[in-house]
Amino acid sequence: MIDMQDAAYGYGAEPILSDMTLRLAPGSFHFLTGPSGSGKTTFLKLCYGELLATQGSITVFGQDTATLDRDAIARSRQRIGVVHQDCAFLDHLPIAENIALPLTVSGRDGGASDANMRELIAWVGLSARAAAHPPELSGGERQRAALARAIIMDPDLILADEPTGNVDWEMSLRLLQLICELNRLGKTIVIATHDLALIRAAKAQVQARVLRIAGGKLSAAGANL
Amino acid sequence: MSVATNLMALLRGEVQADRIVPRTGQTARLTLAVSAAMAFLAVFALALSLASGRLADRWSAALAQSATIRLSAADDQIEIQTRAILTVLSQTPGVTEARAMSDDEQRALLEPWFGPDLPVGDLPVPRLIEIIEDETGFDAAGLRQRLAAEAPGAVLDDHTRWRRPLVAAADRLRMLGWLSLSLILGATAAMITLAAQAALASNVQVLRVMRLVGAQDSYIARAFVRRFTHRALTGAAIGAALGMLAIALMPRAAQEGAFLTGLGFQGLDWLWPLTIPPLAAVTAFWATRIAAFRTLKGLR
Repeated sequence: MIDMQDAAYGYGAEPILSDMTLRLAPGSFHFLTGPSGSGKTTFLKLCYGELLATQGSITVFGQDTATLDRDAIARSRQRIGVVHQDCAFLDHLPIAENIALPLTVSGRDGGASDANMRELIAWVGLSARAAAHPPELSGGERQRAALARAIIMDPDLILADEPTGNVDWEMSLRLLQLICELNRLGKTIVIATHDLALIRAAKAQVQARVLRIAGGKLSAAGANL
Repeated sequence: MSVATNLMALLRGEVQADRIVPRTGQTARLTLAVSAAMAFLAVFALALSLASGRLADRWSAALAQSATIRLSAADDQIEIQTRAILTVLSQTPGVTEARAMSDDEQRALLEPWFGPDLPVGDLPVPRLIEIIEDETGFDAAGLRQRLAAEAPGAVLDDHTRWRRPLVAAADRLRMLGWLSLSLILGATAAMITLAAQAALASNVQVLRVMRLVGAQDSYIARAFVRRFTHRALTGAAIGAALGMLAIALMPRAAQEGAFLTGLGFQGLDWLWPLTIPPLAAVTAFWATRIAAFRTLKGLR
């Protein structure tokens, strides 16, 4: 799914990330931890091609991201669901249209029937809020909408950047449950978080591997999490 | 995606894609107003070009196939030399017709300057002989030599002296008209580019989100290009219609005011202003497309 070989990112004497060698197998579940500013978001951006490795290589779906042109990057993103920390919505569109955005831009509006859309919106618990605009939603509702948008294309890989960062514990668990459900359906999951309680809660439900970024290096985290 | 495919998609329209880009009232009004104003000016520049072109052609054609002989001689020599000139002309290859103008005709020519009832016979007005040439024309140098021998008071004026600067002026005016059209088109492109860049800059978040969810550059650009092309087309159609109306309502006058009042379109010329709105749309299409791709290049 994702293969990194001695990948590094950054300029100057001290790169932000370096010596990253990693293979994410299809259907695996990974947490990415580390202190704020350690490079977790940068790692995710490298995975979906918003940033390119300055050294080494990063292969996503068998293709080196450095060799992909802009259209190929866009096409590869249709296979990757990204949940941004700030959710990244279009505020002038109702949340239902925001969720359907990946279908719209890929010309597959007809691909998901209204019934499927309603089912997805119900699955994330936003049926009553479908017509609301993003600024009218709470933090938890926005995160769930972002998750719905990330999976509407039935992607193989889901990357989530602090998906529970702005919500209470109860909502965090609810979101985690949704993500674990997706993993059980065979989706590969990478979640960047510094919430250790969330990781422990996830480990009770799915087999998750924990990666840690510190000092610009990526390593497997200890078993004491 | 090829430009042709883009153009087809543009004409077909995508309601959903249009909704993705938020409406920005200011740039919409700016593009509409600029396109309308420029199209209005373009109609006048076009009218000027076509009118000066017609004028140049008319002067060229009318003057190129005619010449005048001016005869100044003593009263008792006028008729003799006139007959001699007409004889020479009847034998000159390239001359289709030659005739001496009557006193009435000469009076009519002078009337605009001296008023009616001019006693032509009492004035030292030279006798004018009008020559109509055929398409091959005559040998002016040879004719001058023969006239010098047969009618010493005759002067051949083949109109070249004053025809050339007139035709050159009309041609220059026509060129200036086309240059004005090009400048109007260029200014339209520049203003639409600025408006498109402003719209793109204020929608960077939209562009980021669209890239994030997998939109290709051509899709994103199309959403902006379509909007600006429509605005330019609509604005230019309004401006061109108003320009054509203004031209149609210009007063018609007699021959002596022909240049100013002839500033307009004749016959099929009326089709020319209809090309302005599509031309504005094509200009807007490319201006916005280039601006959009340039902006998107900065986003991965």
